[in-house]
Amino acid sequence: MTPKEPHIAPELYAILAKVSDPEIPVLSIMDMGVVRSAIIDENNYVTVQITPTYSGCPAMDVIGDDIKSALAAAGYSATVELVLSPAWTTDWITKEGRKALKKYGIAPPLTAEADKDVLLHGKRLVPCPQCKSTHTVLVSQFGSTACKALFKCLDCKEPFDYFKCLK
Amino acid sequence: MKQDLYTYILGIADNNLILGQRLGELCGHGPSLETDIACTNISLDLLGQVRSYYQYAAQLNERLTSEDQIAFMRTEREYLNVLLVEQPNTNFAYTIARQFLYDIFHKLFIQNLQNSTDQTLVAIANKAIKEVSYHQRFSSDWIVRLGDGTDESHEKIQTAIDDLWTYTNELFQLTPNDEQMIKAGKGVNTALFKDTYYAQINSILNEATLATPQSKWFQKGGKEGIHTEHMGYILSDLQYMQRTYPNMEW
Repeated sequence: MTPKEPHIAPELYAILAKVSDPEIPVLSIMDMGVVRSAIIDENNYVTVQITPTYSGCPAMDVIGDDIKSALAAAGYSATVELVLSPAWTTDWITKEGRKALKKYGIAPPLTAEADKDVLLHGKRLVPCPQCKSTHTVLVSQFGSTACKALFKCLDCKEPFDYFKCLK
Repeated sequence: MKQDLYTYILGIADNNLILGQRLGELCGHGPSLETDIACTNISLDLLGQVRSYYQYAAQLNERLTSEDQIAFMRTEREYLNVLLVEQPNTNFAYTIARQFLYDIFHKLFIQNLQNSTDQTLVAIANKAIKEVSYHQRFSSDWIVRLGDGTDESHEKIQTAIDDLWTYTNELFQLTPNDEQMIKAGKGVNTALFKDTYYAQINSILNEATLATPQSKWFQKGGKEGIHTEHMGYILSDLQYMQRTYPNMEW
């Protein structure tokens, strides 16, 4: 499926960009790619569509509420809808989003192929977000949230989260 | 037709709910921090999928009109999950064996559900397939680690596989309602991948130096609401809050 480009009304962009993922506060929901559309109708009423990263992502309810309050603060009433299709992929995380993740200490997702090599065949490809060494190993396929796996760096000895590639 | 679809959705989703509940029991009690987190993360994925299924089902039913009512307000006979998923976390080998025997089926099922003529089910399946693939990797890896591990881990996982084997065939049982949904193009014809299921299981058990059970005697009943002795205990935990404080919300 080819993901269609999200349709965001230009005047809403800056408002929505201020809302962040509660579990990864440095990452705006716009950079995360979870906002699929935001439109204003003739009565100035806003409808926002968001899509979950994972089916069970507990952050979605909070994100929905945060969107509503950010829009209310800017003078808009809004409805937030959850859409499942097309399904979210890590490709929708923007360049800025990937930078923000890295700076925060979370290794951003590699390509799907590399991800498989790392998670299935134990290859050392994920660079440590602290010291940049790829001398890293997978500790657990599941990390602090459903979207992350736990790694440790064998050089600087720091444990870190890796944002799993989801295609 | 609405009622048939409702029943069909429960037949898929109840498996996730009950398995999610079983995995949730391990929260804070897993054998290691990593496996504890893995089991509860898988539980979270399954419950997330359940929410999508039940939200859809709630639009089709007159009595139970919200996801919570469907999850919490039914009697035991109204749950349509297979017997496999309600089996207890006897030890880590049982937890992994149960997960493995379900994950292989779940992935094949979801792959086929992607071709349903029902667009909501397709959307749920497109989302779930990525998660389920990951679960299958996790449980298959552990089957190999335990089977090809120490003498003790080998023996424990073999015992668990042997004991749970009797619940595998029910995954492929088709109720009259299932058959109707298959005819309507919405349901998944599980008969088409039964051989693939057992071949995949066999191949991973081989890799794990484990023997594939040969027993041809299988249990069934869950798909008709007739459950094992464990189900009542699961439901009393699961439903406690809603039964004690009806209509409570978080």
